[in-house]
Amino acid sequence: MDILTLFIVIPVLTITGLVLVRDIRQVRIVAAAGMGLQLILSAVLVYLYLSVRHSGNTDEMLFVRDLVWFKSLNIHYAVGADGISVAMIALTSLVVFAGIFASWEVDFLPKEFFISLILLATGVFGFFISIDLFTMFLFYELAVIPMYLLIGIWGSGPKEYSAMKLTLMLMGASALLLLGILGIYFNSAPDGGQLTFNIIEISRTTIPMSAQYLFFPLTFVGFGVLGALFPFHTWSPDGHSSAPTAVSMLHAGVLMKLGGYGAFRVAIFLMPEAAQELSWIFIILTSISVIYGAFGAIVQKDLKYINAYSSVSHCGLVLFAILMMNRTAMNGAIIQMISHGLMTALFFALIGMLYGRTHTRMINEMGGLMKVIPFLSVCYVLAGLASLGLPGLSGFVAEVTIFVGAFQHPDLFHRILTIVATTSIVITAVYILRVIAILLLGPVTNEHYNHFADAKWFEKVSAVTLISFVALIGLAPYWLSSMIGTSLQPVLEKIIAINPF
Amino acid sequence: MRHELLLTAAALLVLMGEIFGDPLKKRSVNLLTVVLFSAVTIIGFLPSPPGSLFGGMYIATEMRLLMKNILNIGALLVIIQSVSWLSKDENSGKISEYYILLISTLIGMNFMISAGHFLMFYLGLELATIPAAALAAYDRYSNKSAEAGIKLILLSAFSSGILLYGLTMVYGTTGTLYFDEISDLLVNGNLQVLGFIFFFAGMAFKISIVPFHLWAADVYEGAPVNITSYLSVISKGAALFIFVIVLFSIFPVIIESWQKTIYVTAVLTMTIGNLFAIRQQNLKRFLAFSSISQAGYILLGIIGGNQLGMASVVYYLVVYIFSNLAAFGVVAAISNVKGKESIEEYNGLYQTNPGLSLVMLLALFSLAGIPPFAGFFGKFFLFTAAAQKGFYLLVLIALLNTIISLYYYLLVVKAMFINKSEAPIEKFRSDFPTRFALGICVAGIVITGFASIIFEVIKDMSYGI
Repeated sequence: MDILTLFIVIPVLTITGLVLVRDIRQVRIVAAAGMGLQLILSAVLVYLYLSVRHSGNTDEMLFVRDLVWFKSLNIHYAVGADGISVAMIALTSLVVFAGIFASWEVDFLPKEFFISLILLATGVFGFFISIDLFTMFLFYELAVIPMYLLIGIWGSGPKEYSAMKLTLMLMGASALLLLGILGIYFNSAPDGGQLTFNIIEISRTTIPMSAQYLFFPLTFVGFGVLGALFPFHTWSPDGHSSAPTAVSMLHAGVLMKLGGYGAFRVAIFLMPEAAQELSWIFIILTSISVIYGAFGAIVQKDLKYINAYSSVSHCGLVLFAILMMNRTAMNGAIIQMISHGLMTALFFALIGMLYGRTHTRMINEMGGLMKVIPFLSVCYVLAGLASLGLPGLSGFVAEVTIFVGAFQHPDLFHRILTIVATTSIVITAVYILRVIAILLLGPVTNEHYNHFADAKWFEKVSAVTLISFVALIGLAPYWLSSMIGTSLQPVLEKIIAINPF
Repeated sequence: MRHELLLTAAALLVLMGEIFGDPLKKRSVNLLTVVLFSAVTIIGFLPSPPGSLFGGMYIATEMRLLMKNILNIGALLVIIQSVSWLSKDENSGKISEYYILLISTLIGMNFMISAGHFLMFYLGLELATIPAAALAAYDRYSNKSAEAGIKLILLSAFSSGILLYGLTMVYGTTGTLYFDEISDLLVNGNLQVLGFIFFFAGMAFKISIVPFHLWAADVYEGAPVNITSYLSVISKGAALFIFVIVLFSIFPVIIESWQKTIYVTAVLTMTIGNLFAIRQQNLKRFLAFSSISQAGYILLGIIGGNQLGMASVVYYLVVYIFSNLAAFGVVAAISNVKGKESIEEYNGLYQTNPGLSLVMLLALFSLAGIPPFAGFFGKFFLFTAAAQKGFYLLVLIALLNTIISLYYYLLVVKAMFINKSEAPIEKFRSDFPTRFALGICVAGIVITGFASIIFEVIKDMSYGI
């Protein structure tokens, strides 16, 4: 069995194990062991990837495994990974691992909770390793549907409304996506020959322009909804705020990245000509996402809503950078996905921990937490600083790369919008520092707070894992960006062939 | 001819069992039927050479045999699911009637599917319908059940009349009722198109395509649950099978006319079926409207007139049999023991009956087309078949409809898993036949999708225009 398939087999085995065990302790141990193994496996994958690349292998996809599934439609189970997917897989296993520990104390139907959570993770892993559009779509839907139960059963607030809204909007997006995929499939062999779902094979042909004009917007919007593209972002704040901690982490941290990754790997990679022509519409929309999300976060009072809007802003930046279609910006987009995945997962984990103590998420009902729970508070400040782009943490690297790349565009339109998007940095600083000031600093507002215990061991595991990687990327971004850089080559070659500037 | 003969023999043996069996042990008829029918189903799968009988009035091809086998599997599941309901005291006097009527309708469907001549087709159609009306009125002391029976018989008589009127036009313009001769003689004349439209209306009634669906909800609600599932799955499936065959082999000349007809009716069927399903509180009515909209999706496989389309229709029906029978099986299990059929009464079901809730969850997700269940693959192939012929807009409408359907399926999931209830349905253990049938359905839902061999076999047997 190849290493990539293991990324699906291990979660499935973990789920089987969870079905068999009985009490809550065993459930926790099995879930943590399974996802710990997954984390180790992804470290192995990164190592293998780097060593294979180091030995001079320049294939587009490594570790390829291709098995025929439905012969008559040429559907394959095809997996493969390049630097970008390897990075996304590593991110996913980190966040899932941290998520298991952040939800250590779920006591209502814990078995079902962890099964749904790991099922969601299976979908995400499967999505990132697929190089066949059919399997990719299958895993995408597999990742979306457990969300309904996770939010509906274990959520808080208007959970039923949020769960339904999120599920229907994301499935609506998948409807557009499916149409796009069918369109790509039936145009994948314009000169006759075998139709295919394989991304690499399709990328070698040029889909006819008439089809591209129709299917590029469908595919891009289909993925864009998941990446919180304005005006389809409305599921995100409601969904995130109602979801239980681990689900918010996975959702904002990983699931939203499916949107960016898919837009990059399917929409832009397969249909660069239409992307070049139509990108201006989406650049405007993503700029709105970036600014609107940031302003939205300023006026929110609920910690989870603040973060959800901030995710809209940051994920908007990912799509914004992808649409700029040059090396630096795209590189920044991928780093931003990783960086935002880690830091937003950290944020949601910390919010969950705070909520477990204060039983409120309204910032004006809390205050002075730095004095009573210093460990969690410092983590919160670190996450905040990463989010507003402080040098030395991952957010800085990502955003600088994106804006430098975006400004490389020679024409006025792109430059003006880049300047507009850049202002989000300032707005981000406003809402982050405002929260830190109200929530953590100042006098302790409620005397019950003096009895709070600081982080427990499993909370520390969760937070430290995430923070160390946020700092690692911030201090040594070269490893990540070189891993991504080589994998951007095939896309860039296609883009340069159309528009060398 | 093997399927028909075997079924007839089975029906007669059940009758013998009733006459000569011990009157005090009427329930042993259940066992007898299940064993006989399982044997019929298994023998049906043995290889058999294609051929024709009665001068071409009866045709057996690989594809038609496969269709009959699929119906057999579905009917077997319905029979097993009915056992616990028939074992109740109030039904003990009329067990064998149920089985004989059910097998007769199946014989009718088999003749219908094997027809090579419109007379044979019509005979089969009537044989499939009239006992079905008796079945719908099976619960004879209930007003609703009697109403269902009379509604079904009157409306189907009416629709048969319309269908026959269409056939007379076809006969008047071509001078024959043999399928292969008609397809040679059709010339896309106005009267022929009109004839086709009447024929279509008659079939649309059987398949419950909007605007000929109005009987469905009332009949489904009034009839006993197991018969509802039989009507909505097997009866509809058989009608769809012959509909595909007739369209593909007799009417390719007027493909432009029927594509337009199907386009409009497909959009109406999906949308109206879905919109009405949202408002239903009774699960039987709910599943009735959901099965109306499912018929709309299936029309997407027919519209292209391509080989992939035929394969996807047959494949989807396999999937649909497992998924819908699983959903109906759960409704029947709960309705038999607790007599509860409304969505509200399912609140908090997962806390008390996790097994049944999970089966229902699987069935609904499969019907909604969520991976990795078989419904996803089925829908994907239907949509691919329509997209292959360039019906992208229709596919988009169908996809948006799946979102609506997901909404109301999730309402049931929400009731079972999320809602809290003061008095949930108490914990109970359903009997062996019910669990066995549900187990087969679940296995079908999970395996049919992943096992690509099933689709490939169907694809190889299919043909396009």
